[in-house]
Formats: sequence, C-alpha cells, structure tokens
Amino acid sequence: MKALTILTYQWKDLLRGKWILGYAFIYLLITDAMIRFGGAGPKAMLSISNIMLLLIPLVGMIYGALYLYQSREFTELLLAQPIDRPTLFWGLFGGLAIPLAAAFALGTILPMLYTGMIITANLQSILLILGLGIVLSLLFTGLGFWFGLKFFEDRIKGLGFALISWLFLAVLYDGLVLLTVFAFGDYPIEKPMLVLSMINPIDLARISVLLEFDISALMGYTGAVFNRFFGSMIGVAVATSMLMLWLGIPLWRSKRQFEEKDF
Amino acid sequence: MIAIKNLKKDFGNQTVLNDMDVTIPAGQATGIVGPNGSGKTTTIKTLLGLVKPTSGEILVNDKSIKGEWDYRRKIGYMPQIARYPENMTIGELFNFIKKMRNSTTNRDKELLEYFDLEKEIDKRMRELSGGMRQKVGAILAMMFDPEILIFDEPTAGLDPKSSVQFKKLVHQEKEKGKTVLLTSHIMSEIEELTDHLIFVVEGNIRYDGPMHELIESKKEQRLEGAVAKMMEETAA
Repeated sequence: MKALTILTYQWKDLLRGKWILGYAFIYLLITDAMIRFGGAGPKAMLSISNIMLLLIPLVGMIYGALYLYQSREFTELLLAQPIDRPTLFWGLFGGLAIPLAAAFALGTILPMLYTGMIITANLQSILLILGLGIVLSLLFTGLGFWFGLKFFEDRIKGLGFALISWLFLAVLYDGLVLLTVFAFGDYPIEKPMLVLSMINPIDLARISVLLEFDISALMGYTGAVFNRFFGSMIGVAVATSMLMLWLGIPLWRSKRQFEEKDF
Repeated sequence: MIAIKNLKKDFGNQTVLNDMDVTIPAGQATGIVGPNGSGKTTTIKTLLGLVKPTSGEILVNDKSIKGEWDYRRKIGYMPQIARYPENMTIGELFNFIKKMRNSTTNRDKELLEYFDLEKEIDKRMRELSGGMRQKVGAILAMMFDPEILIFDEPTAGLDPKSSVQFKKLVHQEKEKGKTVLLTSHIMSEIEELTDHLIFVVEGNIRYDGPMHELIESKKEQRLEGAVAKMMEETAA
C-alpha cells in the first residue's frame, strides 16, 4: 500500500521531468527507422537489439546512480515517517526501473504495431528482444543503485564507476574476449569461452539474440560451441539463471546497504 | 518516555556518541544543548532510526526501536536543514505524507493559515525561501498531532515574528502534554520553552536534570551564563 503511494508519486515526478518520454521516443525513432530501412524482418530486429544492448546498460546504470542522488531529500523525508526501509527501497527502485523498462518496451513495440511487423515477423523473436530489454533495464538499474549507495557521499565516484563498468561490460569486454581467442587459439578454449560469456550479462543477452536469429555461424567454431550448448535445454536454463543471478545479486547487495545506512 | 541506554556511535574511527545514557521524561519539554559537533543531531537521528547505533539501544515507551518503524507514527520531526523534494508543491507534499500515514487530518490547513502560508500552497519547494521551508517542516512535524515532538534548531532560519509564532505553538503543544525535545544554540529559547536540560559535550552527558537546578547551582540569573560556565569548566 505504502509502496504503491511511493511508486505513484515517483512516476508522476518522472513524467513531469519529461526525459523519460524522450527516452521512449529514442527507441520509437530507432525502431521506426530500422523497419523503414531494413524491412520488417530479422535484420531490423538485429539492429534494434544491437542498439538496445548498448543503450539500456548505459542509461540504466548512470540514471540508477543519479536518481538515488536526486531523491536524497525524498528518502530522508520518508525515513522519518512510519515506513520500513525495505519498502522504501523497493519503492525507489520500482519508481525508476519500471518506467525505464516500460519506456523501452513501449518505444520498441509501437512502430512494430503500426507497421504491422508484429504480425509478419516472428513473434518469438520479438518477445525475446522485448524480454531481454526489460530484464536488462531492471538489471542495470539495480547495478546503478549499487554504485549509488556504495558512493552515496561521493557522486563523482559513483557516476564514474557506473560509467567505467559500462565501458568495460559493453565495449572492452568483447575486445578482451577476442584477444583471448587470438592468443590461445591453438588450445581447446571452447569451455573457458562459454564461461567468459556467461559472466557478462550483456554478452549473455547478445548471444541469446545471435542464436535466435541463427547467425552464430558467423562466430566461427566458438559459435558452434555456443549453439550446441545454448541451443540445448540445459543451455537455456543456465543462461537464464545466470541473468537472474545478475539481476538478484546487485539488488540484494544494495538493499542490504540501504537497510544499514546512516542518513 | 524515551530511554537512551549506553548509546554509542562511531563514524569511521571518530566517536560521536560515547556511551550516552539518559532518559527524556514524558509530558515535558527537554532541551539539548552543547557545542557544535557534540552529537545533538546524531542523537536525534538515532532516535528516528536514520542513523544506526554502533551499540546500545533506545526505548520509546519501554519498547526498543531496533528494527522497528511503526513507532515513528508517534513522532513528529522537524530537521535542522529542511530539505524536501524540489518538484513537490506544499499541498502535494502534505497530501503525500498524509497518505503515507493513512491520515485525513485537516490540521495542515490550520497551521498553514497560522504561519501565513496558505497562499503558497501551490508553490514548489524549490521556489520557497529557507524560512518558508522551515515553516513547512514545523507544520509537517505537528500536523499529525504526535505524542513526541522533535525540533532540531527550529528557529535558526525564522524571522522574529515567525519565531515568536512558532514558540507560541510549541507552548500550546506542551500544555497538551506532549513530550517535546528541542535543540538550540539560543539559550533564551531553551529557557523559555523547556523545563528539563541535557548538556552534551563530545558525545558525553555533562548535565541531565531540571533546568532551574542548574541555574541555581551555578549561581547565575540566566541559563546562558550557567551554560557558559559549564562550557568553560569542561574546556579547562
């Protein structure tokens, strides 16, 4: 009940800030453009997911941390009221993560609806992209919260860590993986490669997309390994549970931090 | 009644509250005085659960507040620096907190009128002056008619007229039998509003008892002189 009151206030406040509408609009523009230029097929969806894999982690982490700093007054006001800290934490988190996920989902689905892509294209692929985007939104907002709470008094540090983590996970990590392949190409490294891609949530999402559109062949023999592993039931189960772990651990840690914090 | 038992709080390797042991009597007004950085605000924040103690405990009406939150229903708190969500209007803020507390009180309207703020009800918090924000804080603390009222340097940003108005209000609340806890650096204010005095230096209690006894024992006319003497003694 109280959590709902907090959520409605925050959603109203976010809408008043208007930037969340702009964020949804970006996805709308991108999806619209991709469908126009690439046709309503897998090509458009692939481009959309590529952009999503870059943008969602960045916005989620940076805004997750920034939002905590911005809501400091709100948090302090509420902490002096009869409300328990877990409720307040979930209220704060849901107040940002749910609108972020919704902005992505709505911005992406609308052009698909009015171009009729939702009927012509493979529904399973569309649902996969939407599902991954929503999970990534929640996941990276949680990570942003974690950084924000860890460096609550030092905003520059919190935002800096968020930015560097994004750079590492979204950009540098792939380079490191490639470097590993290049350096140890003569050895049987399929299994370590599997593990490497498992511990980065963006990679995990990327591989799911690649497999869905059946272009893992482009990734050479590691692609075949991924295909064999992730294509199986066990592979899907392991990948999903890894994503859930990535979603759960930052949230669990930041909730703990929030509960023990001095304000 | 609020009982503070062996309360200790460290921030890093700095001890702010050092084994504080004190009882704040119910139905009376208690003033907490002490130099800057002596732990007054930390004590209040610990009482509200904003700060978690390193050790020791606080009992409100004989019940430990550890892990509890519903006891805050009985407390009205006016912070030293009133900071509120910038985008909220005064009206929205009050309605929001009313919803949080499941209350339908109309006291906020009365108090807004009392402080001449009823015309500002649709103004956003960031458009308000510091003094106006303080008044909003005072209203927020008193609108739910809680049995415990906590004011942390309440009149620091108020003009003389509002300050007098505020003190009159606190007097009324005291007459109603509320437990009032007040910190201030203005000794005349403490003298005017409170009966019980707690003097803190570096997280240690140096005096805890009726105010008039302190003044008499220091052979002073006013509280200001008595407290100044006490500060000199602790410095020596």
